[in-house]
Amino acid sequence: MAEFNQNHFALFGLPEQFALDSTSLDQNYRRLQSEVHPDRFASASPHERLHSLQIATQVNDAYATLKNPTARARYLLQLQGVDTQEESNTAMPADFLMLQMEWREAIAEASEAEDIPALEHLLKTIRLEAKVLQEQLHIALDENKALHEASAAVRKLAFIDKVRADIEQAIIKLED
Amino acid sequence: MALLQIAEPGMSAAPHQHKLAVGIDLGTTNSLVATVRSGMSNVLLDEYGHALLPSVVRYLPDGKVEVGHKAQAQQSLDPQNTIVSAKRLMGRGISDIMDIAHLPYRFVDAPGMAQITTRAGVKSPVEISAEILKVLKIRAERALGGELTGAVITVPAYFDDAQRQATKDAARLAGLTVLRLLNEPTAAAVAYGLDNAAEGVYVIYDLGGGTFDVSILRLSKGVFEVLATNGDSALGGDDFDRRIFCWVLEQAKAPPLNAEDTRFLLTRAREAKEWLTDHMEAQITYVLTSDEARGEVINLTLSSGQFNALTQPLVSKTLSAVRRALRDANLTVEEIKGVVMVGGATRMPHVHLAVAEFFGQDPLTNLDPDKVVALGAAIQANILAGNRGQDDLLLLDVIPLSLGLETMGGLVEKIIPRNSTLPVARAQDFTTFKDGQTAMSIHVLQGERDLVSACRSLARFELRGIPPMAAGAARIRVTFQIDADGLLSVSAREQASGVESHIVVKPSYGLSEDAIINMLQTSYASAEEDKKARMLREAAVDAERLIEAIANALSKDGETLLDVQERLAIEQEMKQLKTTIQGNDARAIQTATEALNKATEAFAARRMDVTIHQALTGKNLKTLEI
Repeated sequence: MAEFNQNHFALFGLPEQFALDSTSLDQNYRRLQSEVHPDRFASASPHERLHSLQIATQVNDAYATLKNPTARARYLLQLQGVDTQEESNTAMPADFLMLQMEWREAIAEASEAEDIPALEHLLKTIRLEAKVLQEQLHIALDENKALHEASAAVRKLAFIDKVRADIEQAIIKLED
Repeated sequence: MALLQIAEPGMSAAPHQHKLAVGIDLGTTNSLVATVRSGMSNVLLDEYGHALLPSVVRYLPDGKVEVGHKAQAQQSLDPQNTIVSAKRLMGRGISDIMDIAHLPYRFVDAPGMAQITTRAGVKSPVEISAEILKVLKIRAERALGGELTGAVITVPAYFDDAQRQATKDAARLAGLTVLRLLNEPTAAAVAYGLDNAAEGVYVIYDLGGGTFDVSILRLSKGVFEVLATNGDSALGGDDFDRRIFCWVLEQAKAPPLNAEDTRFLLTRAREAKEWLTDHMEAQITYVLTSDEARGEVINLTLSSGQFNALTQPLVSKTLSAVRRALRDANLTVEEIKGVVMVGGATRMPHVHLAVAEFFGQDPLTNLDPDKVVALGAAIQANILAGNRGQDDLLLLDVIPLSLGLETMGGLVEKIIPRNSTLPVARAQDFTTFKDGQTAMSIHVLQGERDLVSACRSLARFELRGIPPMAAGAARIRVTFQIDADGLLSVSAREQASGVESHIVVKPSYGLSEDAIINMLQTSYASAEEDKKARMLREAAVDAERLIEAIANALSKDGETLLDVQERLAIEQEMKQLKTTIQGNDARAIQTATEALNKATEAFAARRMDVTIHQALTGKNLKTLEI
C-alpha cells in the first residue's frame, strides 16, 4: 500500500499546515471512506475484506488526527522530527500553573455544591483558553516556524484537554 | 462489492441476480423482519398479517417451542417457561441484571452469562433469542421464496462488546449469515433520511422496550456519519411498566407475590401504560392467587398525572444521555435540524413533550416508530448483499463506550475513546516486569470510569511464548482492532525478536466457542438433522460465496491485474473447489476454499491498491460510470 506511506495531509489532499480547511477535509474523508469502507466489500473475498478493514482504519485514524487541533499540531511537529515530550516535560510557566490550580479548585467546589451550570460555564471558559492557544499554534507553526514554542503550546493544550475531560466526568457523576 | 461491479461506460450491466437479504430488528418487546423489494423497504408479515413478532419464547411440555403471540398469551399462566425480554439478559451476568427479584425465572449463574432453567433444560439468552430469529428467518424465506443470502441485525447503539457478540452468536445458532450488526438509531436514520432526502444534523431518540439510545448524525449526500452516541442499555418501556407495578404493590400493600401474580401484574401495568397514551386515567384490577393472599382484590386507579410523576426520573435519565451526546459532538440544541422518535415507548405523551421541550421543536414521527429500525436495516442489508440500488449510501458509526486496559492499582487506562469512528485500531506496547518473564496477562475493559470495578470486563488475554529476556527488554506490541460491527479482536507480536506470540483469549463475558458449538450440535439433534449434513452445507455455502467473489473480481480486473500464469493458477484452484463442492467431504471443501483464498492474496492486494489510487486521485468510480 504505497499510498499510505504518504502523510495524513497528503492523504486528504491538504497542505501540510496547522490552519485547516475543514470542509475539504470532511469532503475528502467521506469520498475516501465511500471507496474503502468494509461495507463496500461485504461480499468480497476474505483477503479483500481484511485489506479494506485495515485501510478504512487508517483513514479514520488520519481523519481523527487532523480533525483534533491538539493531535494535528502534535502530528505536524512529529513530521518535523520534534517530540512534544508530553510525558517527560511537565515544566509549565508559573501563570499557567496558577490557572490550572484555579480550574481544579473550581471543579472541586462546583462538584461539592452539585452545581452543574457552574461546571458548564467552566467548560466554556476553558474552551476559550484552548482557542487562544490554537491561535498561537497557528502563528508558531504556519508563520514563524517556532517549533519549540509550538511544542510548549501542545503541552498546554494536552493539559487543557485533560481538564475538559475531568469536568465532563464531574458533570456525568452529578447527572447520574 | 457493490461499487466495483460497474459496466463499461455506454454498456449495460450484466443481468444481476437479486440476492435475498433482510433486516431484522431483534427487539426487547417485539421483533420484525423487513426486506427491499422493487426498490421499496417493506416489513414482512406473518400468515395472520402481523408485522410485530412479540419477543416471547415459551418452552412447551411436549418439547416444542412457541414464539410470538401464542407464547405471549400464555406468559402469565406459565411464567417460568415463557421468557420475555431475553434481550435484557444478553451478555449479562446475574449481578448485572437489575430488578432480578421481580423476574419470574429460575436463574442459573453460568460463567459468562446468566441462564434460565426451563422445562426444556437450562437455556441461555443466546438460545432464546435464536428461537425468535429462526421464526423471522422462516417468515422471510416463505415470503421471498428462497434461501436468504444474509441479514443485517440491529443492536442498541449502547450495546457493549459482550452484548454484540451474544447477538451475533444467536444469529449463528439460528442459521443466519450476519452481513452486519447495525446500530438501531443508525438504521432508523437511514430509513428516515432516505425517505425525506434529509441533509444536516439530526438526533435519533430511540426509547425501546428495554434499551435507550440517542445518536447524533450528520447526513450529507448519502453519507450517514454518527457524531456521538449515548444511552442506557438497561432503560426502556419495561422500566415504565415496572414503576407502575411497584406503585401497585405499594398502594395495595400486597404480600410477596408468586411468579404467576408477578407476571399478571406486570402485564396489567403495561396495559395501563398503553391506555394512558390516549386517556386521562387507567383502571388496574387483579385478584391475587398466591397462598398468602388468595382472593385478595387489587383495584386501583392511576391518573396520567400520577404516572408522569412516577416515571419522570426515567425521562430525566434519557435527557441526561442526550446532553452527554451533545457535549461529545460539541453541538448545541440550536444546531439540531430535526429529532426523529424511534421505539414504541416514544408514544408516551410525556416523553414526546419532554423531548419537544428540550429541543425546542416538535419531534418527527412520520415513520412508524415500531418499524423504522427494521426498514432501515433492510436497506443496508440490500446494499451489503450486493444488490445495487439507487440508495448508494455509506454508514459511518462509532464505538459507544471507551475501551481501556487495566493498569497498576485497579485503574483503567483508556486506549480507544468513545465515539471513535469505526473501524478503529490502537497499538499498545508492553514490556516485561521480571527477568526471563515469558507470559503476561492483559485485561481489556469497556466503560467511562477510572476504576476497573466500575467498568465492564471484556476479556483477559494471556500472552505466552515471550522469549526470555532481561526485564524491560521485550517489546510486545498488542493491537486492538474494532471492526465495523463494533466487535473487538486482538493480536500481539514481540517486536525485538519478531516472535508472533501465541495468544490465549479468555472472554470474561459471553459464551465460549465450545459452548456455541455444543448448542449448534444440540439444535441439529433436535431438528433431527444430520450434523454432518449441516456442516457440509455450511462449508459449501462459504465456498460458493468465495467462488462468486473471485469470479466477479476476475471478470473486472483479471485482464489488467494478472498475467496469464497467475490467472491460470487462480482458475485452477477455482475449478478444484467447484469439483470438491460436488462431493460430500466438508473438511475437503474447507481445505480447497482456503487454497483458493490463498491463491488470490496478491490479486486482492493489487485490487485494493487500484481502489485506493482511484479514491486518492479523485477519479471516483461512480463518476466513471456516467
